[in-house]
Amino acid sequence: MNRHLISAADLSRDDALLILDTADELAQVADRPIRKLPTLRGRTVVNLFYEDSTRTRISFEAAAKRLSADVINFSAKGSSVAKGESLKDTALTLEAMGADAVVIRHSASGAPHRLAGWVRGSVVNAGDGQHEHPTQALLDAFTMRRRLGRLDGLRVTIVGDVLHSRVARSNVLLLRTLGAEVTLVAPPTLLPVAVGSWPCDSGYDLDAALPKTDVVMMLRVQAERMNAAYFPTVREYSRRYGLDDRRLALLPEHAIVMHPGPMNRGVEIAADVADSPRSTIVEQVANGVSIRMAVLYLLLGGAEAAR
Amino acid sequence: MHALHPPGEDSGQARPDPAGNSRSAVPPGSKTVLGSEEIRRALTRIAHEIVERTDGASDVVLLGIPTRGVPLAHRLAARLSQAEGHPAPAGSLDITMYRDDLRLRPARSLGHTEVPAEGIDDKIVVLVDDVLYSGRTVRAALDALGDLGRPRAVQLAVLVDRGHRELPIRPDYVGKNLPTSQREVVRVLLAEVDGQDAVILGQDSAEPGADGAAGAGR
Amino acid sequence: MSESAWLIKSASPAGGPATDLLLRDGQIADMGALGAADGARVIDAAGLIALPGLVDLHTHLREPGREDAETVETGTAAAALGGFTAVHAMANTEPAADTAGVVEQIWRLGVRAGYCDVRPVGAVTAGLAGSQLAELGAMADSRARVRVYSDDGRCVSDAVLMRRALEYVKAFDGVIAQHAQEPRLTDGAQMNEGEVSGRLGLTGWPAVAEEAIIARDCLLAAHVDSALHICHVSTAGSVEIIRWAKSKGWRVTAEVTPHHLLLTDELAETYDPVYKVNPPLRTKADVAALRAALADGTIDCVATDHAPHSVEDKETEWQVAAFGMTGLETALRVVQAAMVDTGLLDWAGVADRMSVRPAAIGRLTGQGAPLHGRPLQPGSPANLVLYDPAARSVVSPAAHASRSRNTPFARMELPGSVQATFLRGEPVVLGGKLVASDGQAASDSQLAARERQSQRGQPAGPEPVR
Ligand SMILES: [Zn+2]
Repeated sequence: MNRHLISAADLSRDDALLILDTADELAQVADRPIRKLPTLRGRTVVNLFYEDSTRTRISFEAAAKRLSADVINFSAKGSSVAKGESLKDTALTLEAMGADAVVIRHSASGAPHRLAGWVRGSVVNAGDGQHEHPTQALLDAFTMRRRLGRLDGLRVTIVGDVLHSRVARSNVLLLRTLGAEVTLVAPPTLLPVAVGSWPCDSGYDLDAALPKTDVVMMLRVQAERMNAAYFPTVREYSRRYGLDDRRLALLPEHAIVMHPGPMNRGVEIAADVADSPRSTIVEQVANGVSIRMAVLYLLLGGAEAAR
Repeated sequence: MHALHPPGEDSGQARPDPAGNSRSAVPPGSKTVLGSEEIRRALTRIAHEIVERTDGASDVVLLGIPTRGVPLAHRLAARLSQAEGHPAPAGSLDITMYRDDLRLRPARSLGHTEVPAEGIDDKIVVLVDDVLYSGRTVRAALDALGDLGRPRAVQLAVLVDRGHRELPIRPDYVGKNLPTSQREVVRVLLAEVDGQDAVILGQDSAEPGADGAAGAGR
Repeated sequence: MSESAWLIKSASPAGGPATDLLLRDGQIADMGALGAADGARVIDAAGLIALPGLVDLHTHLREPGREDAETVETGTAAAALGGFTAVHAMANTEPAADTAGVVEQIWRLGVRAGYCDVRPVGAVTAGLAGSQLAELGAMADSRARVRVYSDDGRCVSDAVLMRRALEYVKAFDGVIAQHAQEPRLTDGAQMNEGEVSGRLGLTGWPAVAEEAIIARDCLLAAHVDSALHICHVSTAGSVEIIRWAKSKGWRVTAEVTPHHLLLTDELAETYDPVYKVNPPLRTKADVAALRAALADGTIDCVATDHAPHSVEDKETEWQVAAFGMTGLETALRVVQAAMVDTGLLDWAGVADRMSVRPAAIGRLTGQGAPLHGRPLQPGSPANLVLYDPAARSVVSPAAHASRSRNTPFARMELPGSVQATFLRGEPVVLGGKLVASDGQAASDSQLAARERQSQRGQPAGPEPVR
């Protein structure tokens, strides 16, 4: 594996499977009386969050703490970051603090790439703009494998705002690496113009895709898209691309429903679908901690000289 | 993350051949110190000693340290249940996350930890490993065990004790004491992992760059 | 005058047979196999190509307002090192060059620096705000004698305003240079929209945003029979539209930047904003179409769009970084790599596309403006560059005279080396190095004389050798 985890494309099949297998072992830690491992004692993990995302930050924080790392939360609000300090200056500060890993969440695509050029520690992308969110893709794959027992040949349908979704990008890349077949379904306005060059299928008709689906992943509709002419009205979007009871019934018996959260209940997913036993939305949260523990362990648990 | 080292290389035993072939040939300059029959007898003897020293082994839980401690634990469990007529629980205890030398190598893949359903609280836990050397693996295992529960007692069974302890640790059950120099490498081969049973003594240089580092820093 | 005479031995004018050139009194006095001339210093130019001084229709010299990124002095020094003897300075300064006062100030800064002629471009709309016309006539009548108008950096997207501007400048033979970028289609855009932008999650900048404006403006220019110049053409589709407009006989000209002739959008994969530019780097197919269009004359000229930026504006996340690249010091070398070494253009073609045609578009015809873009022949002003096409070296931004370092060609090996640049018979670059300017030290009378030269294109009275 690389020194950093910035894109799902950085992971070979072996790397990805190693992370999933490691997460499988580490998931047990949650069930033990002492939910902590001494592995990263003395290592410092900085959570550098330029975007509000309590869920993701808490998940990384729990993962780092279960591995006994020191965690420093460096959030953009109320810090020098908010006062206009550049990413580069912040990077130099983190360097001075001796950060062994920087977990970065940023609204600008590519910010983790830039950061990796300025710090010596490992950079973990916790979501950058409309680019990628590799640990989300890993936890999604982990959840699929736990529920369905395999990834190879699995038919995954990702529905919604693919154009602006870092979750979709990372999932397409990672699932492809792991042998799954991905289909993107969205209104044409929310697919990238060159989606034909992506390693997946794409289409506009959700009803047609569902019967051939083992996993359906519903993407969140961001509020700022709702008034930007990507679709006429939320109602129409929901009618054409939302997952409701009728559509749930089109899925094969064994199929599962995923959502990276936070959900817009009643828009891309109906409330009772989100709460149905086929929904993995709650497990995805728990699995996120195991995956992030695995990533932090594999990036930081070994020799520094090799990094 | 880089090329991964398999768990359990601590004892200096062979690791599975990447091609899936077992190392059946004894490398030149090495000699077999225990054959399969001797291993079988050593394990039988250890099982009897466990029964004697634990009042019939009724509260014993065997935890093997991956990789080769795990099949050894299961073999001992089979012998105990045969001798005592009740099943002896066996599992595995991965110690990777508790090692004190993690930073000396690229990150290692994890072994499997599986605690039998009975748990370990108030049990007599017998840790099982193939080779006892510096004692650091056992130290890590004791830490790992402490995070899982509170056994009544912890004992240690090893197939080979090759000496050179670096910590105040001693085994309760030993298959064979094997005086070695630190330049030598002890390899334990087990049918479950390697396709055959044997203990081999070789020179460090016999396998440069691979597990030859077994002599260092344990 | 003997002090300012130079005898250039064995140079190859526009790649033709080697000959000698005698520069005296600011002009090319003689050409041919020349003996030692009285008092003239001699330059051995064997193996060097002589080109008429290059003319750049598109630079951003950042003064006034962003002197931390560039000044007229550092920008024109960079121009001289790149072989340019005249550069047009775009109007998006702070304050904008939208009045006679500001354009005269910029022009005078150019005279003072003395490295090359600076031709201010006037803003089309007041403050580049796109709502009302700037005082185009006042700028034309000023001492800077503005003829090229542009809101570059922004598009004159209002069709009515564009029509009026095109019409209005006919009164003084002006030309509107359009930065073609439909603003709504490029809201938040970061890079060429295509396979790479989709992968990188950077908001796409579709080719149609450029092409739609070009098509509209060609039709407008035809309708009002005025002169339209299209800045930095970057797509194959734009080339097709311009080819069509020219076939109709409409007065449309176009430029292409060196970077669009050599680089593609895949460079954005690094997320290094040194590759962030407006218009964005496009695809291989676009690069091929641009090269072909420059070769066949559909695109008239090369213009650098030299856009210096401070380190703070570039050492950032891609999305917040400024658009733009420096280009003056590498332009001729990049054109050699993209056009000459590929067999698409000969050196005569380079002289045409980098000097003759841009001078004509910029109205540098000697009618009150300095004379540039004249063929190398006796009687022409001695504006010329000596260039070694056989040299090769790695581009080192630290060695650049520009105050900024944002060249996308850093660490690239490029052919060629500018050996000397002469401005009206005086060397401003010799041996590949700047000849110290006496700019700040010049006396008032010297500056006044230079101001006259810069208007007439003729030397004025004796002057000490720089
Ligand atoms: Zn422009």
